[in-house]
Amino acid sequence: MRFFEDIAIGQRREVGSFTFTADLIKAFAAQFDPQPFHLDEEAGRKSLFGGLAASGWHVASVCMKLMVTDGQRLAKQQAARGEAVAAWGPSPGFRDLRWIKPVLAGDTISFSSEIETTRTSSRRPEWGIVQARNTGINQRGELVFSFLATGFLPRRNNNPAP
Amino acid sequence: MAAVRPQGTSHAGRQVEIAANNGHNQASFAAIPTMTLTFEDFPPGHFGSFGPRHVTREEILAFAAEFDPQPMHLDEVAASKTMLRGLSGSGWHLCSIMMRMMFDAFIGRTASLGSPGVNEVRWLSPLRPGDDLTLDVEVVEARVSRSRPETGIVTMKALVRNAAGQDLCEMVSPILVSRRDATAAAELAG
Repeated sequence: MRFFEDIAIGQRREVGSFTFTADLIKAFAAQFDPQPFHLDEEAGRKSLFGGLAASGWHVASVCMKLMVTDGQRLAKQQAARGEAVAAWGPSPGFRDLRWIKPVLAGDTISFSSEIETTRTSSRRPEWGIVQARNTGINQRGELVFSFLATGFLPRRNNNPAP
Repeated sequence: MAAVRPQGTSHAGRQVEIAANNGHNQASFAAIPTMTLTFEDFPPGHFGSFGPRHVTREEILAFAAEFDPQPMHLDEVAASKTMLRGLSGSGWHLCSIMMRMMFDAFIGRTASLGSPGVNEVRWLSPLRPGDDLTLDVEVVEARVSRSRPETGIVTMKALVRNAAGQDLCEMVSPILVSRRDATAAAELAG
């Protein structure tokens, strides 16, 4: 994973795809969001979604899963090349999350991440703060999901262990 | 074991009993009359306080393994060396738990049509194994949709705290809720 100094506005990364099967949609919903349109095909058809739809939190959690998995894949490659690997810091939150179109059973969503802003923090000089627009596109090329994520990235030359 | 906190006022000052569900699979509505909450039941102001919801180490690890496999969410030793200084739950797990707490508290019996998104989430302090979460919900805005006049848009601010009263996460999010007349018409139509 990259250090703050390696990040530039406009950098874009495809992080992978995920197929939301009916079983996965129902399993997540049963645990966290058991509204009928997330649990039952018939209820989904009668809803605004027009079919069994994934919980928005399921879509967001899968986006995180692919971001982390892709980051770990890149980190392994960096380590194999003998490069220093940056460990992500935590996130203070996000803004402007939009569930633009329903994610229905069988849909395959491809997620990507594009850097929008970068800044350093005087309070935490060992960290930089990055905002990225993370998006999901379905198999028809329609934008279905978008949010503006914020995260801490370690700075390359100013990062003693806290 | 389910702590039930009698809760909240609704439209016309009527007292509404809202059961907080302590676990995942308990039937939450057995004691509640089948009254559907509609747009009119969400006037601006404090809506209710719910919980507690206990969070175990096992569920933190299970969610992280599936959705957020970073060391700070999976491994005590690795987590102790991170900014969060100890094992913490994924922020997405906390959001998902908040969703479930809101479902158990009221969304499960609301004429909800889903949500278009989330204005903002702030992760303020880490979720820790063993936390007992309480949730405060405030309606910050309630308005009728211009494009769908049979539907209202209720914007809520939800704040989850641990047992020590520390703020863990604040979420501002709109949900779409049918208006009472539209709900009654749909029920008549079967």
